[in-house]
Amino acid sequence: MKEDPQLYDYWPYHNRPKIEWPNGAKMAFWVAPNIEFYELEPPQNPHRKPWPQATPAVAGYSIRDYGNRVGHVRQMQLLEKYGIRGSISLSTALCDHHPEIIELCAERDWEFFSHGVYNTRYTYGLSEEQEREMIQDSVDTIEKHTGKKPAGYLAPALSHSEHTMDLFAEAGGTYTCDLFHDDQPTPVHVRNGSKFISIPYSLEMNDTIAYVVNKIEPRRYGQIIKDNFDRLYQEGDESGTVMCIPTHNYQVSCPHRLRAFEQALEYITGHSDVWVTTGREIADYYIEHYYDQSLADIKAKSRSTA
Amino acid sequence: MSLDRRFLEYPQRKYGMDHDRYEWSMLSERPKVSWPNEVKLGLWINVGMQFFPLNQRGEPFKVPGGMTMPYPDLRHFSLRDYGNRVGIYRFLKAFDKYNIKPTFAFNSRLAERNPYLLDAIKERGDEIACHGLHMDALHYGGQSIEQEREQIAQALGSLRDLSGQDVIGWISPARSESENTPDLLAEHGIKYFSDWVNDDMPYSFKTKHGDLMAMPLSNELDDQFILMSNLHSEESYVEQICDACDFLLKEAETQGGRILGLNIHPWMLGQPHRIGKLEAVLDYISSQDSVCSVNGAQIYQFLTDQTIS
Repeated sequence: MKEDPQLYDYWPYHNRPKIEWPNGAKMAFWVAPNIEFYELEPPQNPHRKPWPQATPAVAGYSIRDYGNRVGHVRQMQLLEKYGIRGSISLSTALCDHHPEIIELCAERDWEFFSHGVYNTRYTYGLSEEQEREMIQDSVDTIEKHTGKKPAGYLAPALSHSEHTMDLFAEAGGTYTCDLFHDDQPTPVHVRNGSKFISIPYSLEMNDTIAYVVNKIEPRRYGQIIKDNFDRLYQEGDESGTVMCIPTHNYQVSCPHRLRAFEQALEYITGHSDVWVTTGREIADYYIEHYYDQSLADIKAKSRSTA
Repeated sequence: MSLDRRFLEYPQRKYGMDHDRYEWSMLSERPKVSWPNEVKLGLWINVGMQFFPLNQRGEPFKVPGGMTMPYPDLRHFSLRDYGNRVGIYRFLKAFDKYNIKPTFAFNSRLAERNPYLLDAIKERGDEIACHGLHMDALHYGGQSIEQEREQIAQALGSLRDLSGQDVIGWISPARSESENTPDLLAEHGIKYFSDWVNDDMPYSFKTKHGDLMAMPLSNELDDQFILMSNLHSEESYVEQICDACDFLLKEAETQGGRILGLNIHPWMLGQPHRIGKLEAVLDYISSQDSVCSVNGAQIYQFLTDQTIS
């Protein structure tokens, strides 16, 4: 076991080479709805229980199902109203369970990236070969149902191994959402040497973290999103930033939470220098225009002092 | 069913403390402290510069803020690392804007791993204190004294070497101590420490190697405590600090100089949605009359000189 995952190098958030997003935008803004499938009776992973209660975990299972039955369309309509295409973090078995949702999103040119097969199947304990098979299954499923391979990965339930990034890069991916170390994209080391990057997918802005972990009230969540936006937008004068709101249809799409979320979206998209985009588009743009200069700056700063 | 007889015996039942580490003393009864230049309140900001290892052992407990998920917990590792590469630079801008001179309490492992960051702090000329080896190298009751001595010697040796400073201040990871920690700190040249939270002003803490100064650094006003442990809002964080500032300033009018000690963490307040709250706190405090930014070493030196003269 390592003290550091050695996935990225130290890169101070000051005096970085300037990033400019398309049309001179200061911030790339994306929304990542997690569309997940949790199994009622998954096999018990020896390293993590899928549900805190004994099976059937009715409350936990059914609110997640509510997200797909009720919440999804609400959020989709809201995002559409503000010109936002979702970048879906997809439990890919959902393609088999609920193809209607996939079709609705595909019609709107939303992005699909892999969030594993089920959110109740953790990476813990899988051999490297097994993890490769799970990742490949998810990649193939997305390609089969949408005609396009996914570019991004968020490990199911944020469960990782030491090889997760390597395996996803080898499956043709270009970005990960699993690292929360920065407010800009950063290069990530992978063993096949491909240009693989981390795209900020803010855990602090994640509705589940806000509502379940931090116990934040809905209107305060809306305010926190605005505060987050204000600072990153301001810092975008120095170098373009990325802001992400990761959501869940069973959290943000509840009737008592949508209003505050809508106000935050209205606020953000009301600013002129915001590139409202998707994870894949950020990754492509960054890799094409800024990957090499970032690597060079990281290398230079690892040798120099402040 | 009954308990052993000793549950009704009280061998330490006497005037003062039930141990001999420090004297019983009520703040209101002590001689007044007069800070230089008519200052009433010293603002001491201590920045926890922390490294949370991915391969956390969690002995004898999982450090608050550390890894919580099965290995490799990239989520918490990278969230904490965020502070050292992004949040800290927001802090430094805020300190410069409000002319704050904090203490930076380093885990020695962070200083070893991030020379660029250490240099950025050294260049400022601010005080560097020691925050132990790293966040998973805890000091705890029952730990062998040899192991702890080695831990302290290694942390201080490395940090003194890398920082070029004497390093006289200490705060233990998670403020966790063994029964030997204060003795070992004094043995290794530490002059003040901030693990005990029983006072609003410094006091003498006895050790086998001379007294340490126990330096007040409120845990109640710690950003991690308010926001993460108590789940109070960012707005409430600002209110609590501003109220404490007002109260202590008023108390200082009649009872002598006071200290407002704030422990903050770049992975917590350095987030984009929170940095404005730190700025609001610094703006409020620094706009008060008779408040001055000081670091731990300056407080130690001033009080030591007073006692001698």
